[in-house]
Amino acid sequence: MTQENSRTVLSIRDLKVDFETGTGTVNAVRGVDIHVEAGETVAIVGESGSGKSQTMMAAMGLLASNGRTEGEVIYEGRNILGLSTRQLNDIRGAKVTMIFQEPMTSLDPLYTIGRQLAEPMVVHGGLSWKAAKAKALELLKLVNIPEPERKIKAYPYEMSGGQRQRVMIAMALANDPDVLIADEPTTALDVTTQAQILDLLRGLQKRLGMAVMFITHDLGIVRRISDRVYVMKTGEVVESGETAKIFAQPEHLYTKMLLDAEPTGHKPPVPDSAPVLLEAQKVEVEFELDSGFLQPKHILRAVDDISFSLRKGQTLGIVGESGSGKSTLGRAILNLLPAGGRVVFHGQQISGLDKAAMRALRKDMQLIFQDPFGSLSPRLTVGQIISEGLLVHEPSLTGKDRDVRACQALEEVSLDPVMRNRYPHEFSGGQRQRIAIARTMVLKPEFVVLDEPTSALDRTIQKQVVELLRDLQKTHELTYLFISHDLAVVRALSDTVMVMQRGKVVEAGTADAIFEAPKCDYTKELIGAAMLTQQQMMETA
Amino acid sequence: MHRYVLGRLLSAIPTLFLIVTISFFLIRIAPGGPFDLERPLEAKVMENLNKIYHLDEPLWNQYLLYLKSIVQLDFGPSFYFRDFSINELFAQSLPISIQLGLSALCLALVVGGTLGVVAALRQNQATDYSVMAAATLGVTIPNFVVAPILTLILGVWLGWLPVGGWNGGAFVNVILPVVTLALPQVAVVARLTRGSMIEALRSNHVRTARAYGLTSYMVIVVHALRGAILPVVSYLGPAAAALLTGSVVIETIFGIPGIGRYFVQGALNRDYTLVMGTVVVVACFVIMFNLVVDLLYALLDPRVSYD
Amino acid sequence: MTITAADNDAPARGRSLFDDARDRLLANRAAVASMIVLVAIALVSVLGPALSPHQFDTVYRDYVKVPASLDAYPRPEQVEPGFMSVAKRARMTVDGYERDGDTVIANVTSKREIDPRSTRYFDRSDLFKDAQLTDMSADKKSATIRADINYMHFYFGTDANGRDMMTRTFIAGRVSLTIGLLATVVAISIGVIYGATSGYLGGRVDQMMMRVVDILYSLPFIFFVIMLVVFFGRNFILMFIAVGAVEWLDMARIVRGQTLTIKRQEYVQAAEAMGVGDGGILKRHIIPNTLGPVVVYMTLLVPKVILLESFLSFLGLGIQEPMTSWGVLISEGARNLQGAAWMLIFPSIFLTSTLFALNFIGDGLRDALDPKDR
Repeated sequence: MTQENSRTVLSIRDLKVDFETGTGTVNAVRGVDIHVEAGETVAIVGESGSGKSQTMMAAMGLLASNGRTEGEVIYEGRNILGLSTRQLNDIRGAKVTMIFQEPMTSLDPLYTIGRQLAEPMVVHGGLSWKAAKAKALELLKLVNIPEPERKIKAYPYEMSGGQRQRVMIAMALANDPDVLIADEPTTALDVTTQAQILDLLRGLQKRLGMAVMFITHDLGIVRRISDRVYVMKTGEVVESGETAKIFAQPEHLYTKMLLDAEPTGHKPPVPDSAPVLLEAQKVEVEFELDSGFLQPKHILRAVDDISFSLRKGQTLGIVGESGSGKSTLGRAILNLLPAGGRVVFHGQQISGLDKAAMRALRKDMQLIFQDPFGSLSPRLTVGQIISEGLLVHEPSLTGKDRDVRACQALEEVSLDPVMRNRYPHEFSGGQRQRIAIARTMVLKPEFVVLDEPTSALDRTIQKQVVELLRDLQKTHELTYLFISHDLAVVRALSDTVMVMQRGKVVEAGTADAIFEAPKCDYTKELIGAAMLTQQQMMETA
Repeated sequence: MHRYVLGRLLSAIPTLFLIVTISFFLIRIAPGGPFDLERPLEAKVMENLNKIYHLDEPLWNQYLLYLKSIVQLDFGPSFYFRDFSINELFAQSLPISIQLGLSALCLALVVGGTLGVVAALRQNQATDYSVMAAATLGVTIPNFVVAPILTLILGVWLGWLPVGGWNGGAFVNVILPVVTLALPQVAVVARLTRGSMIEALRSNHVRTARAYGLTSYMVIVVHALRGAILPVVSYLGPAAAALLTGSVVIETIFGIPGIGRYFVQGALNRDYTLVMGTVVVVACFVIMFNLVVDLLYALLDPRVSYD
Repeated sequence: MTITAADNDAPARGRSLFDDARDRLLANRAAVASMIVLVAIALVSVLGPALSPHQFDTVYRDYVKVPASLDAYPRPEQVEPGFMSVAKRARMTVDGYERDGDTVIANVTSKREIDPRSTRYFDRSDLFKDAQLTDMSADKKSATIRADINYMHFYFGTDANGRDMMTRTFIAGRVSLTIGLLATVVAISIGVIYGATSGYLGGRVDQMMMRVVDILYSLPFIFFVIMLVVFFGRNFILMFIAVGAVEWLDMARIVRGQTLTIKRQEYVQAAEAMGVGDGGILKRHIIPNTLGPVVVYMTLLVPKVILLESFLSFLGLGIQEPMTSWGVLISEGARNLQGAAWMLIFPSIFLTSTLFALNFIGDGLRDALDPKDR
């Protein structure tokens, strides 16, 4: 582990952050030492709630009003922690700048890009508005914004997430900072955009030579861009050192767990003799977009001419970025929204069946959602949520029978049945996803659509859920339609994979074929962006 | 933009037409008439009056006649104030109500806005709590309670201000009515501003502004307040319409010859034209201010555009 | 663990959102204090008129506009002049007047024979009771009158007609609260049914129904209420209809918005994917989750309605004499501002504290049901 030295530009010493809440004090950060040298990239990695963001917010004096800090933040030999806003403002935005996670909301919606870029230069650099605007234009060119002359007059709502994040980076560079703090700058972006932003950041750092502190939960990014890494857990740094060394020889148990959390393994293939369970032919879904009064209707093809067939016990992975239509496809297959084409389940055509006719089939085809917080009704107990389906499909059961079945389902997903009278908000994200899985398992379905079931979860939890899904598939011979943007998870779970872009399938094949020898450019770009490096390929193979 | 305004004004016509029609027939099917006095008039006089005011014609004709005159912006003669036309009555009273309402509106905006911002900046501190308690008080106590109590204290007991009367709009006479009229609005504006300001101060883009070391003025006024003022603007539209068209209570208590009193008087005396006139004026104000608010909104928020 | 656990294990009770909300509400001191105040006012309004020694419409002609006081009336200095004036009315001359504690004893003479029934003059006065004629002289022209002083309390004073303000304030509370509750129920029922239908059906029906609401919004409704009340007479039922017709619009919008939001929630989609029918979705998912905002809006609507009623009453368009409501009392108080401030102050205190309490409860409920920090 490197020590502070003459090249150190910013150092955080024994920083503690507490929040006073209605229910008591929360120790978010408990004595953290972090420093960064000129020209160096330091990653701070940890899962949600590890205090990694709060550490940097505290250092910059940006905590919520109920936050208290203790310790030192040394910049140019001076402790800047607890300085008045006025004194702090000489440093913030001039010498130390920040990029945030939420590109969609981090810019003021009411002002033009140019004006917002110019503000810090006027305040810190003493530039006139005119000079600042001129420099803003140069900065936009620097971060590769297309048509900078036009975009400088645009408002944030007229730009995409990736472009907004580029604007934030431009803003961060405006006053030639010594330190750039990037707080999960790519998390909210699609993988391909993510890769572009990371390349941009890395290139700019090389050219301008500032120190970068990069906060992230994504180990792939850490490996790709950082020189040193700090691993944080529950408000403390549990391990730190050279990136290569940490990845090669992690010492702390938690670091090992994090590194091990990449889903691995391979799905054993299903014998060719297995019967075909589901067949989809030329499925299409169209949405009418509301384009205002008396204007021609705009039609969006969310799913365009997709066909596939699934044998019992198989998993079909569907990969794509947001807006590619993969979730819509999942719902169309389940006949939850009006769709064209033909879906045959168990030899019976289900497209076009009405609600009542579908009801009997619903027992066998189920859906699991991405957001474990939104998919459980907040006013029902876990027991009621799990047994709701039984009310419809096995109305002959008594209340006691249903209770027993709910208990069985909970045990199957490794939750204590004693919990069944509790309410969803009393559980963590991972537990809730298990409850959602129990809700579908209680009906003993044959076919389950999994719509990004692990995307909202931390890596370590993700791995457990993947294991659970895999075990359930094995015991019950389930057939999965697995929708995800996370290539690693898809690879670990699927027999075959379809890559979707703007409603169309651009490439399809066995998982191995797609990941090892992608043919289509878009697939290659996706895989490259997802940082499935050659090395990881070797590990998973 | 011009097209949008024109479109909105045109679309107001059916609404106004609907209002006029409903009001007209509602008043007419009600029992009683404008000349049903306690001492009945002579049959001859009655007949003459009915003739002058076209009351002897079928209702349908009267309705068409009224529509015709209203298109020419003529609200007709008053039934009760027989020497005046409605236009004359409004020419005298509307400016007074507008002056009163406008003063109250400005007072509410300035005082309420400031209080709201101050409370938001001192969230959950003593200042915040006292501003909010005062605001709840202001919203809760109806103005027909505030007005007499303020008169009682400042007018009767302390003798600082006149108890009532307009006196040509002299400053001392205006204070109490304006303050009473403004108080509930001050409270509402303060609550609204505080709420949206707190939200704005917590928002990500204000965090960005703070992280980039912008001055407190730029953070609070330029970035937080401009967004926070939006809900206040949309509230003020209908509120302004209501304030400028006079308050029945305030005008009654303080004896102010504004337009608000005319409505109740007109209704009680079956003064058909007066009631109709007031309804039309109020409706026009409501429509106008809703339009003004929408335009103001577009001015403040670039995401809204009417091109 | 085995499945039998389900049969005998007492499973851990969870804390529902409702439990949390109740605890948060009870922890809110302003809301709890408001509930106590509200219950107190409601009790006093319901039971007060029955327990009070005065009827709300009894006129005490001798006690017109007497100030509020904890001491009993008549005042010591009022007794003698009061007695004299009654005696004068009974055409008697008072020769000897003597006051013995709570009794007045006087020798009276008259030019004519004293009618034994003339004690009625004294009984009919508000100052005396149990008047007796004794020691009637032989010519019946002089006698001794004994009368007890009739002590009465007017804690809130009396009004311009000599009616007890306390009883009137209580009875007014009964009227105001009843109207507040009933009209709110009317408005909420219309609003919830309309809004839920619109939101649940969605599509074109929804657009049409909301267009109607938009048009109604642009009408100057308070004027219609006044017109209705003026032209069709002031009756109770009309008042509900008028108020209900005005106030349901907001509720309809809120419920529609809420229904639309909940319909889009993943737990409703999950239920649909499980094959749960419309009825089950409405019963188990939509209704329980819209209830919160409805309850909050209802608590905040009651004071609005009371205010509207008071406002109409203030204009003289509300409740009719001798019945009364807080608005009527306040308007009388405002007219008698100079010299009879108590007529304004007591009803104002009651009205204001009721409105205050309801607003605080509403705010408390909203915070409890929808905590932002969750």
